[in-house]
Amino acid sequence: MSAHHSIELAAARPDFAAIAAWIPQGASVLDLGCGDGSLLRYLKETRHVRGYGVEISDENIVACIRNDVNVIQGDLDSGLSGFESNAFDYVLLSQTLQATRHTEALVQEMLRVGREGIVSFPNFGHWKARLQVLRGHMPVSDELPYQWYDTPNVHLCTLRDFENFCADLHVQILDRRVMTNGGGVKLLPNLLGSMAVYRFRRAG
Amino acid sequence: MSNSAGIVSAQRATFDTPLVFRSGAVLPSYELVYETYGTLNDAKSNAILICHALSGNHHVAGRYANDPENVGWWDNMVGPGKPVDTGKFFVIGLNNLGGCHGSTGPSSLNPETGQPYGTGFPVVTVEDWVESQARLADRLGIKQFAAVMGGSLGGMQALQWSLSFPERVRHVLVIAAAPHLTAENIAFNDVARNAILTDPDFHGGNFYQHGVVPTRGLRLARMLGHITYLSDDAMADKFGRSLRSGKLGYNYGIEFEIESYLRYQGDKFAAYFDANTYLLMTKALDYFDPARACDDNLDKAFADARADFLVVSFTTDWRFAPERSREIVSALLHNRRNVSYAEISSAHGHDSFLMQHEHYHNVMRVYLERIATEFSA
Repeated sequence: MSAHHSIELAAARPDFAAIAAWIPQGASVLDLGCGDGSLLRYLKETRHVRGYGVEISDENIVACIRNDVNVIQGDLDSGLSGFESNAFDYVLLSQTLQATRHTEALVQEMLRVGREGIVSFPNFGHWKARLQVLRGHMPVSDELPYQWYDTPNVHLCTLRDFENFCADLHVQILDRRVMTNGGGVKLLPNLLGSMAVYRFRRAG
Repeated sequence: MSNSAGIVSAQRATFDTPLVFRSGAVLPSYELVYETYGTLNDAKSNAILICHALSGNHHVAGRYANDPENVGWWDNMVGPGKPVDTGKFFVIGLNNLGGCHGSTGPSSLNPETGQPYGTGFPVVTVEDWVESQARLADRLGIKQFAAVMGGSLGGMQALQWSLSFPERVRHVLVIAAAPHLTAENIAFNDVARNAILTDPDFHGGNFYQHGVVPTRGLRLARMLGHITYLSDDAMADKFGRSLRSGKLGYNYGIEFEIESYLRYQGDKFAAYFDANTYLLMTKALDYFDPARACDDNLDKAFADARADFLVVSFTTDWRFAPERSREIVSALLHNRRNVSYAEISSAHGHDSFLMQHEHYHNVMRVYLERIATEFSA
């Protein structure tokens, strides 16, 4: 049952498979904004990680417990003060970066608490988004399903923006996977990729 | 189908092996009164122990045939189809040692003197309680609890279970608790104790022999406690500045509704609760501090814990604030224990843990359903 569940999840969330591919068996993982715990459950089943999630919504706390994953209720925008330095191998931020208020502080906190960070986010530089802006509209797509007035996304960025941001924060990017419709994108990633996953650590 | 535990009755277990308390005092023999709900499975793997708080007792759920108004204190949590589902779990509630609801305590007769123990009853700690609870588990043939759970002082006992008997508890549910009391919290307890100790009817704890009860002290202790269990908002919502007669009386009678409520609660409590038990319970709260033996390092204190944990706090609980629960979570994370933490939005302060609250009960229900899959699979 759980193997079947994992296959279904990987199909529904291509970033899950990309993230799992980077995580060795038995690693310790902190998933920030872990939602209903699907990613953690997937990593538990496929990578046997020792994992914890952080989530703010009451509904998701219940969903995580139902999914048999550890979850700590808390607000990412008030930092990770409850977590010790270097407590985890990986700190994940899956499809949440763009919805955090103190993005810069949070990425730094990720690398205080974890050895490496992994983020996935929708690429605002994807050609469909650019086209919609060119036509005079805020982009709405599978990756960006919200209208401008009800979106939780306050810090959208393109791949190039994120890479510049990392350079400014002295964060070293170790790996990158760019995707569209679940498939990998090699050519013109900032134009043709609708979503990206990065793995990074403190530089030097 | 009814979701009440139905008609229940208390049972009694006698222990003749002396219990050595943390203080060094020894109780040669004692009795514990308890109730059970549900059925212990053949593997004896579905047992849950519920630890009570300051004024609680063994009557956790259901009602008595001869006293149908007396509903268990956690009846909204425990019963068939309730979060602690007695259709799946075998649930035990007991009256703690030193209590005044049937277990041996200060108001019991000391067989050596033929008089009530009074203040001669050993000062009991959370560790002592857990030791006595483990003996009850032995008596019932339970080697390992599926879960030990409790709120407030009951949550402290649940925590202590994971430290005293790491192999005997699979899950610990710690609700509205703290790893130790703050100075402010001890201060509240001290004022409550002083109310009792200075009541002329206390007679150094031997009021039984004088045929009186330190009612005034107990009433004040309860009134003070009650204020701290509520939140400012909850009190404002429920009572505001409402006057009983609608106008000011310019006297010292009971004028505001909150005064009336507190006195009613105080009187009710003083009519049934033993003053010496109240003193003992507050001392147990003050003394609980598992980090103390580990250089005040809570991380070290939990090093041997093996259980999985659910920690729950309530946003308006200022007596056992969410920050205190997060200290517990942090120590568990340090020790790589499985732990989930829910911070419940509730207006009702510390008392929230006893209230019907949909999300809180959902959290409990889902966690306990997960526990049930471990032994039904």
